[in-house]
Amino acid sequence: MISFSGVEKRYSATDAALDGVSFDIFPGEFVFLVGHSGSGKSTAMKLLIKELEPTAGEIRVAGRDLAKIPRPRVPYYRRNLGVIFQDYKLLPNRTVYENVAYALQVTGGGRREIRDKVPDILRLTGLSTKLHNYPDQLSGGEQQRVAIARAFVNHPPLLIADEPTGNLDPETSIGIMQLLYRINQTGTTVLVATHDVAMVDKMRRRVIELADGRKIRDEQSAAYAAAESTREFAVRMRSAQG
Amino acid sequence: MKPVFFLREALRALKRNAIPSFAAMATVLVTVLVLGVFIPVVQATTGAANEVRGKVIADVYLKTDAKRADIERVDRLLKSEPMISKVEFISKDQAYKAERERNPKAYELLGSNPLPDTFRITPGNPDDIGKIRDALAPSAPGGGRTVVDPAIDEVRNREEDTNKILAVTNVVKITMALLAGLLGIASMLLIANTIRLSLYARRREVEVMKLVGATDWFIRWPFVLEGVIVGLFGGVVAILLLAVVKIAVVDPLAADFALIAAPETIDFPLLIGLLLVAAVSVSALGSGLSLRKFLRV
Repeated sequence: MISFSGVEKRYSATDAALDGVSFDIFPGEFVFLVGHSGSGKSTAMKLLIKELEPTAGEIRVAGRDLAKIPRPRVPYYRRNLGVIFQDYKLLPNRTVYENVAYALQVTGGGRREIRDKVPDILRLTGLSTKLHNYPDQLSGGEQQRVAIARAFVNHPPLLIADEPTGNLDPETSIGIMQLLYRINQTGTTVLVATHDVAMVDKMRRRVIELADGRKIRDEQSAAYAAAESTREFAVRMRSAQG
Repeated sequence: MKPVFFLREALRALKRNAIPSFAAMATVLVTVLVLGVFIPVVQATTGAANEVRGKVIADVYLKTDAKRADIERVDRLLKSEPMISKVEFISKDQAYKAERERNPKAYELLGSNPLPDTFRITPGNPDDIGKIRDALAPSAPGGGRTVVDPAIDEVRNREEDTNKILAVTNVVKITMALLAGLLGIASMLLIANTIRLSLYARRREVEVMKLVGATDWFIRWPFVLEGVIVGLFGGVVAILLLAVVKIAVVDPLAADFALIAAPETIDFPLLIGLLLVAAVSVSALGSGLSLRKFLRV
């Protein structure tokens, strides 16, 4: 699904944010990208959404070489992936419903499609009662749920999240992770960048660790429980927390 | 479906950003008002200058013994010269009559008519007066002037007056053109800057739209429509104010001041049409172009 090969990104000549990173992520996987601040996680995320261009190396997403996507086609590429940010990046002037609907309007979705899909996805993310609230009337966890709903309303094959729980307390974080896990179970590949090592350990999923722009670890957790249901997942997460 | 969606988006943005939108509208209003007053003033001034320039003439004096055939030949000659737009013949007798009326005693004393037949010529372009003179009476190598037709005695263009008129009116025209140009540029910059400010406050919104996969034009259209609406409102209010001033102040005065009613002044419907189109297009373009910077994500 995602393939980095020898990817390098330099903001200046002397220091590299990413230095020859290679890895492959397969369809349907749930992968964590971990590392301290400045390890290159966010750079890798920005390269994936084509906000930045790599200095060297090749990035492929769903078989497409990102370097070969011309600038005018970038919006169409971005519609095929859901993106979630630490600061939610919601449109402040729009209600929850309108924020999610915007992602459909962008792709030319008609009124009927919006009426069908938006309430569904908001029910899935547990926001049915907040449809007409503005983002500043919601808690952090709720805002992140809106962001996830917006990212997933098009059912993209790939969802990437940059520190999705960075601003949230542990209990709320579990809720968000549970939601991401549920999305993963529908077959969507999920890549989550985080520095929350405790959370990653509890999740027991594949982990790619970066330090100073290099890959230092890439391992499947031994106790990978692939067939876990969402509820079992949440129970295990909470008990591990205790 | 799409245009309706874009229009709704534009209206929503205007409502949600009422203060910056109002500032942009006020800017358009003031600028259109200033231009609306200034354009007729410029035109009246250049009109007056042109009228003065119309007074630039030259006299072609014939020899006193010129015959009718000579006069006709010179008349044809002058009329065939493309730089000359008007030829007026003043016969000896007409000239004598006019001069005697002005100064009866001197002409009483003189007894006979010393005045020659004269052609009074008006150039098409006042600046050509010197060239016309050179064409009719080229400078001779000795320092004086020869004439192209033996019947012509002398060509005079009242050099001092002519030069003064041409210099002064040219300065007036250039100054006015400069002022108009500067005012036009200032208006555009002012409107573009105000729009930029209101866009700057919303650059995060644009960034989010891009990340969700909106194309540049999908983001841009509502902004352009917003510009059109702002320009339209500002322009219409300014034009209403202009109309009130015209009806209440200028029209009553126009009867007394020939200047304001000068035929060169643009007519009001054309003026407001121009101003409205300018206001709308500048603010729409301003919105669309200012956005470009924020679209680079």
